[in-house]
Amino acid sequence: MTELRIAFTLNGEPCEVRTEAHRTLLEVLRARGGVEVKEGCGEGVCGTCTVLLDGEPVSSCLVLAARAHGRDLLTVRGLGDDQAPHPLQSAFVAHGAAQCGFCTPGMLLAAYALLRDHPRASRAEIRRAIAGNLCRCTGYTKIIDAIAACAGGAARG
Amino acid sequence: MAESPTATQERLRVVGRRLPRHDARDKVLARTLYAADWQMPGMLEGAVLRSSYPAARITRIDTSRAAAYPGVAAVLTARDVPHNILWTDVPGQTSIVGPLRARVQVLADDRVRYQGEAIALVAAETREIAARALELIDVAYEVRPGVFTTEEALRPEAPRVHEESNLLATWRVRCGDADEALARAHVVVEQTYRCGLIDHAYLEPEAGVAWIDADGVVVVRASTQVIEHFRDVADVLGLPHNKVRVIGPYVGGGFGGKEDVTVEVFLGLLAYRTGRPVRMVWSRQESLLARPKRHPFTLRYRTGAARDGTLVAHRIELTADAGAYAYLSALVLLYATVTAAGPYRVPHVAVDARAVYTNNPPTSAMRGFGAMQMVLGYESQIDQIARRLGLDPVEVRRRNALGRGDRLPVGQELDTHVAVAEAAERAWAALGPPRPPSSPRHRVGRGLACNLQPYGRLVWLRDWASAWVGLEADGSVAVRTGVPDVGGGQASSLCQIAAEALGVEPDRVTVHIADSALTPLAGTTTATRQLYMSGNAVLVAATHLRDEVRRVAAQILETPVEQVTLADGAAVAASHRSVPLGDVVKECARLGVPRSHLGVYHAPAGDPVDLERGGGRVFPDYTFGAHAVEVEVDVDTGAASVRRLVACHDVGRAINPQSVEGQVQGGAVMGLGYGLMEEIVVDRGVNLTTSFASYLIPSALDVPDVEPILIESGDGKGPFAARGIGEPPIGPPAAAIANAIEDAVGVRITDLPITPEKIARALGLLSGG
Repeated sequence: MTELRIAFTLNGEPCEVRTEAHRTLLEVLRARGGVEVKEGCGEGVCGTCTVLLDGEPVSSCLVLAARAHGRDLLTVRGLGDDQAPHPLQSAFVAHGAAQCGFCTPGMLLAAYALLRDHPRASRAEIRRAIAGNLCRCTGYTKIIDAIAACAGGAARG
Repeated sequence: MAESPTATQERLRVVGRRLPRHDARDKVLARTLYAADWQMPGMLEGAVLRSSYPAARITRIDTSRAAAYPGVAAVLTARDVPHNILWTDVPGQTSIVGPLRARVQVLADDRVRYQGEAIALVAAETREIAARALELIDVAYEVRPGVFTTEEALRPEAPRVHEESNLLATWRVRCGDADEALARAHVVVEQTYRCGLIDHAYLEPEAGVAWIDADGVVVVRASTQVIEHFRDVADVLGLPHNKVRVIGPYVGGGFGGKEDVTVEVFLGLLAYRTGRPVRMVWSRQESLLARPKRHPFTLRYRTGAARDGTLVAHRIELTADAGAYAYLSALVLLYATVTAAGPYRVPHVAVDARAVYTNNPPTSAMRGFGAMQMVLGYESQIDQIARRLGLDPVEVRRRNALGRGDRLPVGQELDTHVAVAEAAERAWAALGPPRPPSSPRHRVGRGLACNLQPYGRLVWLRDWASAWVGLEADGSVAVRTGVPDVGGGQASSLCQIAAEALGVEPDRVTVHIADSALTPLAGTTTATRQLYMSGNAVLVAATHLRDEVRRVAAQILETPVEQVTLADGAAVAASHRSVPLGDVVKECARLGVPRSHLGVYHAPAGDPVDLERGGGRVFPDYTFGAHAVEVEVDVDTGAASVRRLVACHDVGRAINPQSVEGQVQGGAVMGLGYGLMEEIVVDRGVNLTTSFASYLIPSALDVPDVEPILIESGDGKGPFAARGIGEPPIGPPAAAIANAIEDAVGVRITDLPITPEKIARALGLLSGG
């Protein structure tokens, strides 16, 4: 098997891994302890394994790790930490948007990418933006409430 | 009958507050270590070889090539399993079949009975090697004729799935004389309904890690709703029960799918054989293929009513496809039988229910557990009666709604508040004035559906839960309880209850959960029972502790004990003089007064009753509710979408309203998916929907914001008069949607899911059958 050396930026830190060419980004991240990236379906449908690759949400189960070479990767741990949680993370807590929490890392990253580009996104725009991230617990309403609270007003239709 | 412990604090300080859950912060920061996230040095990866055929004899298994493959540590088949059968006792007695001991073979010995049944296990250094080893196991099958519908399975000459009859279980209810009443009824509606095979589809697939501890105990840390499965692991391995420990991490969704054993026994076998830690993570495809699902039912209803809409009789025939193994089918069928007449007063009811073995995927527990499938039947029937008689849908439900003191057809008297009529009125009223359709090709309709769902387990099971509550010298509180938290806020609600009883803020309470070796056993996180059962157990313990502490505080404060309250982390006298809780705890220690207590709560218990004779109590209590929906139907395509969904339930008291709303919203959306889109498609036993690309669950674009209405009647059997709310909200949406579709376009859809194709066919837009 061909082994590749892949270098990328992970949550702001330079990072280098050696891996076989057929490995997905999800496998490589989890193998090096990045268990904040969850596998929900392995086929690019549920969005649970979402990470931001050069700022764009991708399903890391469908991206070969080699494609991350030279690029910038953000997982949920890069959004915020205990001392300085991202406002979206705080809003998810305050609004009860995390129940089982398994979809939460991917959901937060999808929301982060949306609000970065559309800081005053409407509820309808939020719905569209998270349509690729499945949640089985919340029915989505409180997730949308939390994101809308960070979008300059929960009341906007 | 055991009564719920009651709080004597005059004013609630913590209970009833919308508090963020303590586990939510860990989850948003991705610090929660789920089952698959656990890693250990030298850990092997486990995998399962599964049957390719739904009905076959295994004539040969050759594992030699797999075992010799480099990196393979173990290959196990049925003959390597010390005790290859898992047993479940089903209490009570089904009507015709009799007492049942449900069995599942751990690994298939000489027969496979469904596609995906486990045949062999592998442990290897990597997942790739494990996968390769599965391919190298040579299994020779002799394909046998199977049975794939309940009708086929019940034919006298049908091949038998097991040695005994394909009729797995039957229940029967007789109350009054349904046939005679139907003959006299002013209007009779007769209809057959079908609901399909459904997957739990939690986002976290089944996973776990097992290892042998230094003291020889087999430890399994797995995603489960039931840590008591340590006993199953021990029985299969032939070990004493006290030599197996199950640890339950925070679970990425359960919904009943992690109630039966999933990976636990396989992991125990592999770790025991290899002596090394072993991890097993099922893929989504494996989860969809092989794990038990929700029972499909055929529901045949004949319902009679008087001219004014008063229900007089139901004759109900239920047939459930149990799939290839019994699992909890007899109990699911019991829930269906007990609730089949709905939350209405019906004097004459006859129910005949059957569960039938087939070579389809096994079916077992899923949120709603037989009771939720009945809602399509009784709510479609009452809606058609209202329509036939020209009555208002709310009025006909109000006229028939059960009330306190009424009896269910099985004879159980309802001894708490029954909010059916109020829920129906409030949900319907919340829809407000009608809104116009979004285009000329759309039609708008509204539908209502009420339901009842038991909370707590069957009284015959004599259910109990225990919890330990202790005070530390700094005034902080620890709760230890064997409750698995599956995402419903099970653990954090217990913090709120303990904090209330002991007069501290919830952030002063830490809850240690779900370790069968270290936490008092609390029973399963199933059956809408944890807030009810373990909430009561925590309240028993914390109330006892509070009274101990108040006695000692009274001495310190030199005041009568009746005048001491615990509030804001202190013991306070009537004079407002106070002493910090920690100081009281230190004084307790000096005096030798216990600073912890093990609380035990026993649910109402009783002997199995003969349902047919109207025996009496079956469940501790029920949660009642109603959902109202506004649906829009595209008359060109048949597509239906839900524009509004109002979900109203009497929760007795909301311990944490935000958590309760989350349960209601999530359950309602799961019910919407069940109504409109979800279906495991099986063709002659072969599952065609083993990916998330083919098994569709609702996305954010498929659902509206769910509008919850919480009725707090102040009456229920949980702590602080709470009622359970985990399962109830999944019940009404499908029926409410079916009712709204008839309101919109005049066609009655009786088969779930209500796909655009079914509506288009009913509207005559498609030709052919």
